[in-house]
Amino acid sequence: MSAIKIVLAGQPNVGKSMLINAMSGSNGLKVGNFSGVTVEKTEVCFEHHCHMLEMVDLPGTYSIAGFSQEEKVAHNYLLNEEYDVIINVLDSTHLQRNLLLTLELLKLNKKMVLALNMADEAEKEGLEIDVKQIERIIGVPVVLVSADTKEGVEELLTRIHDVADSPYRDNSNIVYSHAFEEEVLSLSQFMDEKGFHLRDLTSREVAIRILFEDKALYQELHDEPIMMELQPRIVDSLQHIYLHHETKNMKELKSNEYLAIVRGIRMETVKCERHKSVKTLTKKIDDILINKYLGVPIFLFFMWGLFQLTFTLGAIPMDWIDGAIGAFGDWIGSTISNDFLRSVVVDGMIAGVGAVLLFLPNIIILYIGIALLETTGYMSRVAFLLDGFFHKFGLHGKSFIPLVTGFGCSVPAYMAARTLKSEKDRLITLFIIGFMSCGARLPIYVLFAGAFFGAEHAGNVLFIIYISGAILGLVMAKALRVFVFKGKDEPFVMEMPKYRFPSFFLIWHTVYNNAKSYVKKAGTFILAASVLVWVAATFPNQPILEKSYETQMVNVQNNPDELLRLSNELKMKKLENSYLGQIGKATQPFFAPLGFDWKMTVALEAGLAAKEVVVSTLSVLYAIGDEEDENSNALARELKANVSFASAMAFIVFVMIYLPCLAASLVFAKEAGGYKYLVYLFISTTITAWVLSFITYRILL
Amino acid sequence: MKLSQLHKGDRAIIIRIETNEDLKSRLFSFGVGKGSEVSIEACSMKKQTMEIEVDGTLIGLRAEEAKEIEVEKIV
Repeated sequence: MSAIKIVLAGQPNVGKSMLINAMSGSNGLKVGNFSGVTVEKTEVCFEHHCHMLEMVDLPGTYSIAGFSQEEKVAHNYLLNEEYDVIINVLDSTHLQRNLLLTLELLKLNKKMVLALNMADEAEKEGLEIDVKQIERIIGVPVVLVSADTKEGVEELLTRIHDVADSPYRDNSNIVYSHAFEEEVLSLSQFMDEKGFHLRDLTSREVAIRILFEDKALYQELHDEPIMMELQPRIVDSLQHIYLHHETKNMKELKSNEYLAIVRGIRMETVKCERHKSVKTLTKKIDDILINKYLGVPIFLFFMWGLFQLTFTLGAIPMDWIDGAIGAFGDWIGSTISNDFLRSVVVDGMIAGVGAVLLFLPNIIILYIGIALLETTGYMSRVAFLLDGFFHKFGLHGKSFIPLVTGFGCSVPAYMAARTLKSEKDRLITLFIIGFMSCGARLPIYVLFAGAFFGAEHAGNVLFIIYISGAILGLVMAKALRVFVFKGKDEPFVMEMPKYRFPSFFLIWHTVYNNAKSYVKKAGTFILAASVLVWVAATFPNQPILEKSYETQMVNVQNNPDELLRLSNELKMKKLENSYLGQIGKATQPFFAPLGFDWKMTVALEAGLAAKEVVVSTLSVLYAIGDEEDENSNALARELKANVSFASAMAFIVFVMIYLPCLAASLVFAKEAGGYKYLVYLFISTTITAWVLSFITYRILL
Repeated sequence: MKLSQLHKGDRAIIIRIETNEDLKSRLFSFGVGKGSEVSIEACSMKKQTMEIEVDGTLIGLRAEEAKEIEVEKIV
């Protein structure tokens, strides 16, 4: 038996991805509570009752004639690709609006099943849905399901099999307005009298398409002799309809008809037990969260709280991890007798990877915060609150969503920008996503904030760093809007999803995946980079230098202080003359006005590959310089001892602004539509970073 | 009367939407069109954006867009 190809279509945020997860029993697809989580079509295959089911998850689309980029994906797929069955997913609690898309999907003449998702929520809200009646009207099977409780999922799968096996589709019994129906009847009667048939379409269907001015159909009819007689009748019919609708605009006319139909279907099939005036919980929460005066302060408080938690709560397990890594390094070190090998493992691998792993707790807390924002429905509210403010900077309220995602990782953020309809808004947003410091930059901030401000102020400093990055992004957006991407503003019309209590499982899933990939990166990419940095810091061998120091050390054999001084001096000299030292020294003049030594210079350059590498590089460089201290927060202490306050602040500023990691840069180029944009991004961020860090350094000096 | 002139708690019926096709079809796909009943749920500072409810759906829109929607207030 061949596979059944099923495509899921529905309006945004009706839980298509979650339904696929429920049907296939896996958790492969990312879900959230705002429109536009799925921006590209994704496929999932699984077996059910000895059939292979191939599911295609399309981005949510409000209508087939969608405008934003991800809606076009859905549009092109539905019209041009081969598939067997459409599952039209609807939100049971918003049937009326969701049915608008259903009406358009019906026109595709494909086999279809309606899945009324969130049936459990509808029940809670006191909605009673007459499924049989909807089936009679639409003419396709209708199933109540809940992706959350998995209720009805099995029935849905069975119905899909039935539909795929049956050779034809039932006719729908959709009734248009009185005037429209009258004209449909008169045209179809005339065609029946003439015995006219077009393909497999019923005369009613032909009449409806004629009256809605279906261009393709007119082209087909053009060569038919019946057109001669049909034409005056069509003109008469349209006149009547225009009169009824008080408009000649076909789009508007169609909208009015469709709206009337869905309103009719809802009234006929949905009973609401609860009285209208009762305030839903969502509205009650909205009264507080998007309150005219309290809304913005509450939002800022949440953000501040998140960064405080990130630092203070994250610091507790950090000490344990730090201690464990130190002990692990000592233990491993004691088992390796070969000096060279021990140095690779302890100073290279363990120091580098350890420095990155150390920040895992912070990363987890940050991701929990972002996941909460995404799943509760608060995200859209913030877009609503900030639109007025964003608009002043030439941004769109919706830009908020990719920007906040950017605090986690820039890669999904660049992709999330696709929800923006206007190309200019999208490009501006893409350009400033980098200013929202991603999770990988967090370790650098935590390290420097902890070292230079002490634990009690570090949380506030983190908050300031993130906020000033965001403000800088806004200023940048304004500049881009004024000088580069001039043009008309896109309207702000956005659905505010219902508040949902975040499911523990969903949050866990998101956080776990992100944490896993962070650790995986530490174990692979960062490990390799650490070894590379270690090698570059250790070679080439310098026998002449070593010889000269050896003789000097023999001379002061009886003076232990002098001996230690010489041995440290030797290590410094060796490091300075290593490959890494040479690279750092060669490029340092560029960074010298910012107060960076060559070690910081190298760390920054390594950070172009990935921001985590900045910390691991610093750690490798300073570990080689000083071996006797492997206790907790060794690196922070080293930094405080070797780097001036002004340089450190300038370093933070530079890290905040300069180019994101390699992976993110490539995604940026792809999303922006060309590598030339990446060049612009590189130039603009580097210049801004340099200038601002220069200013910071000079002020604090 | 324009939608933008309404205040929190007001209810109204949409009479006409006078705006570009893009926005019209976007509003339509949210179920907002001639004859829809709307209620104002919230306004942000200086009424830059407002939250309206249409058929159980909450929609946020900018005052500039609300200016282009002609409504009749239900008293």
